[in-house]
Amino acid sequence: MGLTMAEKILARASGQTAVVPGQFLTARVDAALLHDIFAVPVFEMLRGSGFSSVWDRARVLVVLDHLVPAPSVAAAEVHRRIREFVREFEMLHFFEAGTGICHQLVAERGLAQPGQLLLGTDSHTTTAGALGIGVTGIGTSEMAYVLATGELWFQVPPTIRVDLAGRLAAGVMWKDAVLELAGQIGSDGAQYQALEFGGPAAADVDIAGRLTIANMAVELGAKFGLFPADGATVRHFRRRNMDVDAFGPDVDARYARTVRLDLEELGPRVALPHAVDHVKPVQAVEGVPIHQAFIGSCTNGRLEDLRVAARILAGHRVHPRTRLLVAPASSQVERDAMSEGLLATLVDAGALLMPAGCGPCFGGHGGVLAAGERCIGTHNRNFPGRMGSPQAEIFLASPATVAASAVRGRITDPRRMLSPSPVWR
Amino acid sequence: MSAEESGLRILGRAWCFGDDISTDALSPGAYAVAPPEVRAAHTLEAVNPRFAAEVRPGDVVVAGQNFGCGSSRETAPEGLKALGVGCVVAASFARLFLRNAVAIGLPALPCADAAAAVADGDDLEIDLEAGLVRNLKSGVTVRGRPLAAPMLDVLRAGGIAPLLRRRARGAGDRA
Ligand code: SF4
Repeated sequence: MGLTMAEKILARASGQTAVVPGQFLTARVDAALLHDIFAVPVFEMLRGSGFSSVWDRARVLVVLDHLVPAPSVAAAEVHRRIREFVREFEMLHFFEAGTGICHQLVAERGLAQPGQLLLGTDSHTTTAGALGIGVTGIGTSEMAYVLATGELWFQVPPTIRVDLAGRLAAGVMWKDAVLELAGQIGSDGAQYQALEFGGPAAADVDIAGRLTIANMAVELGAKFGLFPADGATVRHFRRRNMDVDAFGPDVDARYARTVRLDLEELGPRVALPHAVDHVKPVQAVEGVPIHQAFIGSCTNGRLEDLRVAARILAGHRVHPRTRLLVAPASSQVERDAMSEGLLATLVDAGALLMPAGCGPCFGGHGGVLAAGERCIGTHNRNFPGRMGSPQAEIFLASPATVAASAVRGRITDPRRMLSPSPVWR
Repeated sequence: MSAEESGLRILGRAWCFGDDISTDALSPGAYAVAPPEVRAAHTLEAVNPRFAAEVRPGDVVVAGQNFGCGSSRETAPEGLKALGVGCVVAASFARLFLRNAVAIGLPALPCADAAAAVADGDDLEIDLEAGLVRNLKSGVTVRGRPLAAPMLDVLRAGGIAPLLRRRARGAGDRA
């Protein structure tokens, strides 16, 4: 019987030829990822339990991305302690504040390869599933266990196959596709399960789009969100001087169910407060006034996203009653956006440029919302209290929709601002 | 070993919540690097501002679908544990919350029928191993799906921390 991608990843990691959904196993981990919010408790627990080294310091990545640059004395203390731990445990891969969001760095720098298993202390660790890597989130206690032993228990998840079909229309982005999926199957629709993307249009999704989709797999409850590693993936790694093999499911893999997502029919989508699966066509909320617009995050802070935003904002100004915050996902994105002139376009339009990192995505600093304020952002969560006051409202949308809304000061269908020639997705 | 001996039986009052209680509600991002007691004091404040102040040791959180959805933050179950919550009973749990609850030794029981059988303030008795929720007020008992044996083993040990210490001493494997 054939295996899904998730089954293959967990079979390899546990040294077996085949596994079945529901089975418990102990997996060897290929890499581990920690960021500034959770690194201190992990290292404290590790040391407190009597360990003075990690199982393999070449396989552990430590990233300062959430609270950058430190917005408070408490955050500065956290960063100081992390830098000390990094020295004490002689970590080889440490990324200072401003390098970028950890998930973007995994993808950008080829820090794990298709078919491998990487665990991170962050739910959106699923992002690099876009590259066929078995990536998922765990908590700090379990991470301490992983750093000590290089292994962790898993239950093999059933896999939901998502078949993508058709082509995206102009003004519609992959973010709209994954929001639509969230609306269809719900925020717990893939609970304890893996999502595997395939179908005729899967190969059409560029790497940036795959990262957006896999990033939000966890918003559907999924353990993994996996795209097959195909030609585009192999080229992505080759540009980073790494040779990787294609990796995908067996042709006779068994799926718990198959969902079909038709792209042809799809228009821009918005997730309404306060749930990621509370998804409506943009027309349903057009005209709702917004106070803050945010373009960035591990969902949509990539070069491709900034290109779309810049194209819409070029020659316009952000509406006087609205502010637009832009945070590139990494310093590499920032650098590329600079040389393409995108940052100048955004700043000319009135955008407030933030350091590469998480920005206001999780309400920790820079760009928190007051009670009664309304924000539309390209990020991935709109729970009450996510970006500051629990009385604020958050709408989630594509970079195109957010950019268009920033210009009008109201939620706006980006197709209204399409110039006749360019087509993006 | 019986449930009593292993500490897998819980007595407490019910606090009822709805579906999709997120980790942002359980542990707001604004207090991510605040001291643990400050963080715990804001547990669930966006949903029930009285909860953190009034919850008593042993009390049981009863909720609907997808409890603990959102981030990987272990501070979500930690806040509940710090406030003395004895067990979370939910129709279903988000994967990360459930892993983290087990990892820190906070009992959890998936039970689809509990929400309908329990009202705020009811006295409950939970048997984790059998997966039973007894409403001592109404006399009604509903059955959930007890956690799988490997997870109950971690809970019985009191979480990952003791297992890790044991491993560091080389005194055997984790289960
Ligand atoms: S950008 Fe947002 S979702 Fe992504 S890692 Fe940072 S805080 Fe989390």
